[in-house]
Amino acid sequence: MHKVSVDDSPHVVVEDLVFRRGSKRIFDGLSLTVPRGQITTVMGPSGSGKTTLLRLIGGQLRPDGGRVWVDGQEVARLSNRRLFALRKRMGMLFQSGALLTDMNVFENVAFPLREHTDLPEELIRNLVLMKLEAVGLRGARDLSPAELSGGMARRVALARAIALDPDMILYDEPFTGLDPITMGQIVTLIQRTNRILGLTSVLVSHDVEEAMAISDQVVLIADGRVMDSGTVEAVRERASAWSEQFLNGRPDGPVPFHYPGSSYRDDLLRSAEPKHD
Amino acid sequence: MIDFVARLGHSGLRWFAVLGRASTFLFRLLLALDAVVRRFALVVVEVHSIGVRSLLIIGVSGLFVGMVLGYQGYITLVQFGAAEALGGMVALSLVRELGPVVTALLFAGRAGSALTAEIALMKTTEQLSALEMMAVDPHRRVFVPRFFAGVLSMPLLAALFSAVGVMGGYIVGVGLLGVDSGSYFSQMQAMTDWRADVVSGVIKSVVFGFVVTWIAIFQGVDAEPTAEGISRATTQTVVVSALAVLGLDFVLTGLMFTGS
Repeated sequence: MHKVSVDDSPHVVVEDLVFRRGSKRIFDGLSLTVPRGQITTVMGPSGSGKTTLLRLIGGQLRPDGGRVWVDGQEVARLSNRRLFALRKRMGMLFQSGALLTDMNVFENVAFPLREHTDLPEELIRNLVLMKLEAVGLRGARDLSPAELSGGMARRVALARAIALDPDMILYDEPFTGLDPITMGQIVTLIQRTNRILGLTSVLVSHDVEEAMAISDQVVLIADGRVMDSGTVEAVRERASAWSEQFLNGRPDGPVPFHYPGSSYRDDLLRSAEPKHD
Repeated sequence: MIDFVARLGHSGLRWFAVLGRASTFLFRLLLALDAVVRRFALVVVEVHSIGVRSLLIIGVSGLFVGMVLGYQGYITLVQFGAAEALGGMVALSLVRELGPVVTALLFAGRAGSALTAEIALMKTTEQLSALEMMAVDPHRRVFVPRFFAGVLSMPLLAALFSAVGVMGGYIVGVGLLGVDSGSYFSQMQAMTDWRADVVSGVIKSVVFGFVVTWIAIFQGVDAEPTAEGISRATTQTVVVSALAVLGLDFVLTGLMFTGS
């Protein structure tokens, strides 16, 4: 986990990011840095734009303001060719796995290799089997994506994400909807991939326990801004009222239980008045 | 009243927005057309799933449309003692109009809706995003092979429809109603012109193939990524394609068959 990288410049830098969807501001001046070779987890409530952040880092969306740098390159300003070159060094694990449904497991993992390299078939076969062995699914190579459980699909997707030996992997909600055993497998895999391949991992999650257990650094976001960030210990120690509520899952606190509305009393009294259309 | 005008304006604006997105999409599709050569294997796969799998419905419909044409044509023509011209009438109706138009409508229902559902599902399950993140352009990998396969399959299917239809007319006209077999085909040959009729029909079907496949793929890409969105997009494809085909047919007929 604590691999010493030769290059200690941050891998990803997000500066004053503004992003709107319609009239809603998803990000409003968000800034964060992701150190190289470590596991950084971005946590926040549902709808706080965590997945959107990954898409902005991957260049699938353009920010309305501010900048996103990956490896010293400003993502939104890259030409298509250079963006694709950057993405070859970036793996992304989607929540659903996003395997191509018209290919079996083997072909899915072989896909990036076939698309981006001219390796002979024999070598591709060996590489794919190595990647599948790493996620423990070498025996499942002939299954179609429809025959896989959610956890298995995610493991195949991980094998595919590391097929081209990227420098960084983005994980979109890797722990959501898994049984305890599969959860354990995924947690171990993320940790192991990070340590063995020495790559930068960016996780997006709201599973506090698992995420805190494997992260070097956490970033808590809500309302389009960073609420707190730092090492796991530091964030736990100085926990503000908001982070305390989030990390411990309290139903009420700075984030109110009730959706904002008019006063309860007024609402009830109004319903007693006669209706006139 | 103001409310009505506002709603009208709103839906008008939305329509133009869709048209804009569809045009941009078509532009990007055309820019990526080199994929037809580079990924020819994918085109072959798509011609199979779009074209070959539509054969049955096209063939059966062609046969029945031809048979009905043979029957109805005979009833009218025999009153003027021109039953011999049946072959020409059947062939002209099929090659000029019914072949391209009915094939396009069936094509929209069979292949178009399948294309939309497939692509919308790929979008919903993040497969398109995954391709982009793997530095693979979905336009080249997914859309162009399907688009080209659609444009290529449509005239072939229309030709098949017309050919089977002619045979259907023959079965009813010659087999059941007693028109002379020789004059069925000689009249057909005499009345049908290669340039004016056959080529015009082929041009029509290429245009319909282009438009229907474009609409189908665009609806898939533009679909809201939910189960509801997929079903809405599929319906939209069939409705919009059908209207586009009928509208374009009117325009193309006007351009092609003036004063002949």
